[in-house]
Amino acid sequence: MAKQMIDTPNLDELEKGPWPSFVTGLKRLAKDNDMMVDLMGQLETSYQTMKGYWKGGTVGVFGYGGGVIPRFTELKDENHKPLFPEAAEFHTLRIQPPAGMHYTSDLLRKMCDAWSETGGSGLIAFHGQSGDIMLQGCKTEDVQKAFDKFNDMGFDLGGAGPALRTSMSCVGSARCEMSCYDEAKALRTVINNNLDDMHRPSLPYKFKFKFSGCPNDCVNAIQRSDMATIGTWRDNIRVNEAQVQDYYKHHGMNDLVNDVISKCPTKAVTLVSSDKFKASATVSAANLGDGNTLCIDNKNCVRCMHCLNVIPGGLLPGNDKGVSILVGGKGVLKIGATMGTVVIPFMKLESDEDFEKLNELARNILDFFAENALEHERTGEMIERIGLTNFLEGMDIPVDPRMIKEPRSNPYFRSDDWDEQVEKWNEYKQSSAA
Amino acid sequence: MAELRPPIESGAPDPMPYMHPVMVKNYGKWSFHSHPKPGVLYHRAESGDEIWTVKAGTARQMDHYTIRELADIADQFADGFVRFTARSNIEYMVADGSKVEPLIKALNDKGYPIGGTANSVSMIAHTQGFLHCDIPGTDASGVVKALMDELYDDFVKCEMPNRVKLSTSCCEINCGGQADIAIIVQHTKPPKINHDLVANVCERPSVVARCPVAAIRPALVNGKPSLEVDEKKCICCGACFPPCPPMQINDPVHSKIAIWVGGKNSNARSKPTFHKLVASGLPNTAPRWPEVAEVVKKILATYKADGKPWERMNDWIERIGWPAFFEKTGLPFTKYHIDNWRGGRANLNASAHIRF
Repeated sequence: MAKQMIDTPNLDELEKGPWPSFVTGLKRLAKDNDMMVDLMGQLETSYQTMKGYWKGGTVGVFGYGGGVIPRFTELKDENHKPLFPEAAEFHTLRIQPPAGMHYTSDLLRKMCDAWSETGGSGLIAFHGQSGDIMLQGCKTEDVQKAFDKFNDMGFDLGGAGPALRTSMSCVGSARCEMSCYDEAKALRTVINNNLDDMHRPSLPYKFKFKFSGCPNDCVNAIQRSDMATIGTWRDNIRVNEAQVQDYYKHHGMNDLVNDVISKCPTKAVTLVSSDKFKASATVSAANLGDGNTLCIDNKNCVRCMHCLNVIPGGLLPGNDKGVSILVGGKGVLKIGATMGTVVIPFMKLESDEDFEKLNELARNILDFFAENALEHERTGEMIERIGLTNFLEGMDIPVDPRMIKEPRSNPYFRSDDWDEQVEKWNEYKQSSAA
Repeated sequence: MAELRPPIESGAPDPMPYMHPVMVKNYGKWSFHSHPKPGVLYHRAESGDEIWTVKAGTARQMDHYTIRELADIADQFADGFVRFTARSNIEYMVADGSKVEPLIKALNDKGYPIGGTANSVSMIAHTQGFLHCDIPGTDASGVVKALMDELYDDFVKCEMPNRVKLSTSCCEINCGGQADIAIIVQHTKPPKINHDLVANVCERPSVVARCPVAAIRPALVNGKPSLEVDEKKCICCGACFPPCPPMQINDPVHSKIAIWVGGKNSNARSKPTFHKLVASGLPNTAPRWPEVAEVVKKILATYKADGKPWERMNDWIERIGWPAFFEKTGLPFTKYHIDNWRGGRANLNASAHIRF
């Protein structure tokens, strides 16, 4: 061991300053780890030339087709020999974390032991952008060993390539009063029933599920996932009057008006003289104790979360909780970034049957994607190409005005069966009223 | 070789065995939270049970010695339970409020900043960069380290109008994601093609299909099957590079850095928004990217001075208007800020609403 450290004047600059330095970590590993000495050599070269030197390849574990990100160096001398041979293979294993990213100190240590003992570099990222634990730096010959060890500890590989990807859920029910469903259960129900599509990549392109407990969407589900499950509620915002009064006592009328009332996007929050206030089945109210009552018109509330965020504990999600489902969020390639859009405005997610329904919906969307998307096309692009209506018809989901921002403004549609469609709407209205 | 066993397809693990017992006991039954000080959260359950969370910044890419140190701190100063946030901060949960200050001290003593809560600039969501990506135009961990050094005070204090989320991405694919401020590589020259390799390395029809502007076509070059790029049509996005590495898009001089603002994932107040271009053409200057830091700090300082309480970056700009954003930040407005991609006319001002 103890290969001579390579001079790294550029990387050394990143040891300065107050923020924790990954370079200091790399150097600590390199003291008795030749792979990391050479890794630092390649990284320093990249800093000098501003070029990357990794190429992909095919490395995996027995029984799976994905989950390992192979990296082979392209930084070679004139005889095609790697300049930094000990880091010529530097693969990543993606490992799915416990839903919500909870760890005991003991588990962290066991992961460190397992990674070091099986030939790994000792470098771990908590976490990658899809939510994987990333074990970074492993030779081809050690990949199986490292995976087996983690697999024995109860951990499984994540997704890579044209496959179902590792999922993320927010902290949610574990520590947040805004949570509207059991995020970890939803994640594990949907992901663990579809692992074949994660471990044996055969979809048109990647597919991501993400789970946020409320519309604050802390895991960025609407922008980053093909199917976003967002917690919400149908009934009134719950009020803890004492807590609202406590906010009012500390902040006063100016903050209440400027930070709460005037920032409601649908003007659903108003201030009413307490002696003129009339209780209603759809209005949430908090008497402020100074002759004013704070009123929220729940029929016009869009569940944006703002007033709940400003008065935590005073205003809370309602009791009739559930989820909204949005489909088609994705990043830039190829048509530009797209947001997920509503396909299920509301469904309950409490009983085992509810979770089974979510699972079925997820499976149906995956199947439709597998059947209908072109190669390298995400769900959002597919919907852009075929139109939301065709997607909904394929999925047997009735149309609902909560799916749109506004109706079309052009006359370019053919509507031979208008009357039939009106009939469908009437049936849908009746069935949802029932 | 030892006999191979089939994998145990266990999937995403159950978090309950790794979760703080107070959180397990009160799962789904929380009723209140507050923010006692930067980096500390307080939550109370319906049962009256309480839990304090101390949030610390990490480098994300961590050596096992660092991870063991974080685990030891969890045992000595906390209750042995941690979690990581989506932005790679580590959170320690303690059921006894008197443990908060000693825990903060222990973390600070080892060099971990405490912050990232409420109206702070949180840790930058980032990608792999030179360390592990096969197509990076710049590094990721290094850009983030250099920037977080500059934004350290904004992480440990909570003095912004609302929370600020940052991301960096080492190519235009933008794996770092949408953010209040996003720092993303922007190429300015078409790919340089190594025609000797294309036929053997690239599946040519899929490369042609990847191009968003149909600028790539099959061609015979020097008698070999290859691809050629219509450089007048090319928008230098780099989409052809991943499926065809001989179409090198990264350039030490001509791959620049662009800055985008106003992305918001939350539904709070306004609907979620994508970030918008405000600056480009910044040099890709390793190892500390000072030009990028300067622009980011200028934007943050302007937002901090001018934003009203609870306004996220996009809310602030929506209120003051884009002309005022460019005026107040001093950033130049160019023809490249005008969207000419499909659907781009929706981003033009189709009204007489003009501020003077």
